[in-house]
Amino acid sequence: VKPTPSQTIGPFFHHGMEWLPTPDDGVELTGRVLDGLGEPVNDAVIELWQPRRFVRAFTNDEGVYRTTIAPPGPCDVSVFARGLLQRLVTRIYLPDDSDDEVLAIVDPGRRQSLRCVTDGDCLRFDIRLQGEEETVFFAW
Amino acid sequence: MIDPPYNVPDYRSTALRAPAQKLVPLPTSAIASSAPTFSDVPEEADLTVKGALGERIKVVGRLLDGDGRPIAGQLVEIWQANAAGRYAHEVDQHPAPLDPNFTGVGRCLTDTDGSWTFLTIKPGAYPWGNHPNAWRPAHIHFSVFGRSFAERLVTQMYFPGDPLLPFDPIFNSVRDVESRNLLIASFDWDTTEDTWALGYRFDIVIGGHLSTPTEQP
Repeated sequence: VKPTPSQTIGPFFHHGMEWLPTPDDGVELTGRVLDGLGEPVNDAVIELWQPRRFVRAFTNDEGVYRTTIAPPGPCDVSVFARGLLQRLVTRIYLPDDSDDEVLAIVDPGRRQSLRCVTDGDCLRFDIRLQGEEETVFFAW
Repeated sequence: MIDPPYNVPDYRSTALRAPAQKLVPLPTSAIASSAPTFSDVPEEADLTVKGALGERIKVVGRLLDGDGRPIAGQLVEIWQANAAGRYAHEVDQHPAPLDPNFTGVGRCLTDTDGSWTFLTIKPGAYPWGNHPNAWRPAHIHFSVFGRSFAERLVTQMYFPGDPLLPFDPIFNSVRDVESRNLLIASFDWDTTEDTWALGYRFDIVIGGHLSTPTEQP
């Protein structure tokens, strides 16, 4: 059976995807999604998947998303946006998560792009789609 | 390759959003073998319930995995423009009328045989700023989940015979012609309801996405 190809999520997904409630456990997680010029991506959807815990977050005009994450990680992440013809997959490692087989195969100079940082009471994870300090994205 | 590449010059928004670095292949053991499941979903399978304007259509399909097995009880979400080609979304400034009786949003869970059904109206084409006189062919956005993290797909369904298809850089970003044509629903007499709605069929197969080609030994 031939698979159905992916297409971009486009800019008009909000009403279609915002119905899903965010669970109230976890630690606050925020960050920015930036393009190749460092400009904010204001129409991205971030989906976080941890065992039995799924959350969705949307970037605002400043490219900022806010949601929650439940330690421990790592956490599987999908990024969708206008201009992305298929999703990008990355992983968020929490400050207390130890190095694992995945980090071991990532170029040491790029590993820090997968680790969120503590910022006051919350955790911060920026996603750079392209350019210097580009976030590591995965396939299989 | 089933899926479009990230960098497609004809689709301008890809230029600054496509990653420049190679994707890193995850070890098989690190790919989550689970996927979210959804309960208490506020199902909205009839988008015409408030009396939307336009050509009423019934869109049916099955959600299948790469082996052709049905994916049961999983979430299907859709969103689309109204019959005039306008989204009920503040960012959409196309000077076409909004329809107060149409949100363009639907969701349902698949049946035990992977089937799903939406009653909606045929969306209109609309202009976009990608290039001079650029028009998106009529389409419905689909978001579906499978049984594992790898089985996650967001795509668009198009309509047969749409004269805009050959000119659309998003549709044509799928390089393989046979795969590309899977994005076009088929008109279906068996689904068409006498005196009520035209029927279209759009089966969705999730499988093999983001897989890097295996290297020849």
